[in-house]
Parts: sequence; structure tokens; C-alpha cells
Amino acid sequence: MKKNMKLVLFIPLIIGATGCANLGVEPWERDLLAKDEMSLNAAPVDAALDDHIYFSKEASSGGKGFGGGGCGCN
Amino acid sequence: MTNKTEKTNIKAALTLATAALLGTSNLAEANTVTTPSAKENSWDFDSALLFYSEVDRVSAAEAIFNAKKTFANDEILNLKLTVDALTGASANGAVAQPNVQTFTRPSGKGEYTIAAGDTPLDDTFHDTRVQLNAQWTQPIAPNYTASGGVHISKEYDYLSLGVNGNLAFDFDRKNSTFSAGFSYFQDTFTPEGGIPKAFSSMPKVSDSADDFAETRIESEDTKTTTDILLGFTQVINRRMITQFNYSYSIVDGYLTDPFKVISKVDGVTGFTQDNIYESRPDSRVKQSLYAQSLYHFDSVVLDVSYRYMWDDWEIDSHTIDTRFRIPLGDAFGTESYIQPHFRLYQQSAAEFYRPFLIDGEAAPTYASADYRIGEMTTFTVGLKYGLLVNNGHDLSFRLEYYRQAPTDAGIAGFEARGALNEVDLYPTIDAIIAQVTYSF
Repeated sequence: MKKNMKLVLFIPLIIGATGCANLGVEPWERDLLAKDEMSLNAAPVDAALDDHIYFSKEASSGGKGFGGGGCGCN
Repeated sequence: MTNKTEKTNIKAALTLATAALLGTSNLAEANTVTTPSAKENSWDFDSALLFYSEVDRVSAAEAIFNAKKTFANDEILNLKLTVDALTGASANGAVAQPNVQTFTRPSGKGEYTIAAGDTPLDDTFHDTRVQLNAQWTQPIAPNYTASGGVHISKEYDYLSLGVNGNLAFDFDRKNSTFSAGFSYFQDTFTPEGGIPKAFSSMPKVSDSADDFAETRIESEDTKTTTDILLGFTQVINRRMITQFNYSYSIVDGYLTDPFKVISKVDGVTGFTQDNIYESRPDSRVKQSLYAQSLYHFDSVVLDVSYRYMWDDWEIDSHTIDTRFRIPLGDAFGTESYIQPHFRLYQQSAAEFYRPFLIDGEAAPTYASADYRIGEMTTFTVGLKYGLLVNNGHDLSFRLEYYRQAPTDAGIAGFEARGALNEVDLYPTIDAIIAQVTYSF
């Protein structure tokens, strides 16, 4: 488990070092990737609500999606 | 069984209602939505209710209703309605004092009093907002997907109109995706009491209408936001997918908060001499880098992301967001999961952030005491519990604790002095976030 977490954190370096040649899966290997919870935006409603809170309360917005305008937000 | 029929009927009724609203006449299709074979050509609905409550400050309730239709040829229509209501008090920017302070409401009609030692909070705000989003996504050629959308949001004193577009290109057996998108927002702000003149003194409630008008420039102002977003998504292996984004955002126009003041204090005693309206630059360029990875362990899914943002106001920020989805199997009689959430955020202060100004010193070009552009660390810890109910519909509950901890940016010449040493210039703010979501 710990080893895998390190892998998650260092994957950008791995990609940079190896290029994309060995990455990816065949179409029949997508059983896990096809699950809803493996979607990059698995809970869009939660994300929209969180974006609104943090947009109103902090100086940063966007990154994952558009930062946008949209509210007076006091 | 009765329950199941009822829920199915709700979905069928909503499908009919949505079809009617859109002017689509294919009611036969809507009627067949309950049969399993019609799944691909049916509507999916998400509904959520969220409560956000700060101790002694703002409370908000927000409801979202999202309807998504996937057509047989992979075209997707997404419609979203958001309604929120805000009430409570929000920091007006002035410093706390060891004596009672009185402030004029933004309208100039009425005032509010702050107890000795308390952070000045303006409790004038009550607002309701309605937002509509529509997004259409479709394949336009093999491996190319295009998407376009519109946004409208209206509250009592604010109107926001937006458009967005995105193009995605899949390659290497759809293991890699490049995407490029833009969005444009046009916002109009018509604040209660009008737009105050930068650095003018907050009027007194006893001032004449003419004196009040002297502190105002106009009744409304606008800003535009243009965003460009470039993304790269890569499947690493059977268990892992990653995404990298770069975004560039230009905000132009009125970026000042018309309700915020900044205190001018005596340089020795720290006592407030005046409260003047803040002033911010009329443009801001923000950039960010964002990376996200999902990893599927044997059963647990880890979702971790990091964002680095920087702008030409000299704010930079780091955000780490982590979720673990832990399936509980059928432990509670139905398939369910829990999902702990942890988020950590840290920002530096804008170059023109000042906790207060010194009376008698030359006025800066821009100054704001809004803690939201000051140095600050925030964290969120939360837990979500989700379960499958009838027909495979998802029901989930989320409870989170959010703490904002503003800190002294240590700006030379703006150290606490005299009376300011007796009060809390950087109070922490605690909030609870509670949400119920039902997807069907």
C-alpha cells in the first residue's frame, strides 16, 4: 500500500523519464478504469459545490476545470 | 415493490417534464425509460442539497439539480439548475478595536455596532442566486470530441453570463487525450448603495444624501474573465490514470469588493482614525498547474490531486486534495462505501494586502484588508457515506469540517501596535459542510 502511494506521487517523474511508450492498456484491460469511481471527475455535483465554496473563500479557483466568474460571493 | 414503482415513476415523470421543457415531442421514448433496454437513451438525474455554516458568520444553502441525457450516438446533453441562498455576516475588512465600533450599512441607511474586541462583521447580506448551465458534448470525428456550453447566473446585485468550448483528441488506443478549452464570462455587479470611490471614508448614517453620493462613483460595474485550459490525460496501467492541466486566466474590470473597508489606525496607539473603502487593480492574470491521479488498489480507490496557482497580484497557492473510496460490500444490507476526504490549502498575500493602513502615511495605489487575499492556510476534513438503494440509485451523505486560518504575512511597517495588540487581527473561521445527494 505504502509503495503504491509513492508510485502515485512520483508518476509525473516516471512519465518524464520514460516517455509514454510503455504506458496504457489494451481495450480488454479496462475493467477497473471503466468503473465510475475511477473517473477523473467521479462526483461532479460534489465538485461543483466545493468549487463554489472555495471560490468564495479563497484567492484561487479553477485548475481542474475553468475558474470562471459566476457569483458575487461574499 | 411499491417503493420501487414510485421511484421509477418519479424518474419517468421528470423525464416527461424535461422533454416537455425542451420542446422535444418524443414522449414515447420518455415513457419507455423504465425498461432496462432503454438505458442508453435515457436521462440520468443528480440532485443535491448542501448546507454550509460558519460559526457566527455566513450560512448558505445550495441545491443542485442536474439532468444528463446520453443519446445513442454518444452525444450528451447536460442541464444543471443551481439555487442558493446566503445569509449571515461577513468580515468588512476593518480591524477589531478594544472599544465598540459603529459602521454604516452599504446602502447608507442604517448602521451596525460591533462589540469591543470583536472582528467587525457586516450582517447586511441576504442573497438568493439562481444559476443555469447547459452543455452539449459530441464526437465530431474519429477520436475527436467537442463540447460547448452556456452559463447564466443571477442574484439580487449580480449577473453573470458565460460561454465555454472544449476540444479533446484521443490517441494510443484512447490511452492518451489532449484537450484544449476556453471559457468567457461577462459579469455585471450592481451593489446595494452603488460603487464606492476608492479610499473614500465610509459615510455616516447621519450624512445627507448629497454627502453619501460624494462617496460613490456609479451604480454598477463589470468584469470579464477569459480562461484557457490545456489538458493531458494518460492511462498509466490497468489500475491508474493521471491528468495534467495548465490554465491561464485573465480577469479584467471591477475586481474590488465594494463592501470592504480598510482601517486607518494611529501609528502609535493603534486606534482607528477612519475606515476607507478598499481598492484593487482592475486586472488580474492567474495561471495554474494541476495534476491528478487515481489509483485502484484491490478494492480501495485513491484520488489525489495537487494544484499550484500563481498570479500577477503575487498570490501563489498550493492545494492538495485527497479522497479514499473504501467499499464496505454488503455490510449494511446493501452495497455501500465510505470516503474520507482531506484537503489542504495555503496561499500567500497579494502584494497590496494590508491588515490596516497607518493614518498620515502616503496612500498606496491599491490596498485591501480582505483576509481572503491575505496569507492563509485552510484545511478540510470530511467523510462521505454512499449506498445503493432501489434500482441501483445512489444515495450519499457528506459531512465536512472546514477551517480557515489567516496568518500575519509580516509586512514590514504593518506590525500590530498599541490597541491592536489587544485584539485578534487574524481570527480563524470554522465551518461545517453537510450534503445529501441522490442520483437516479
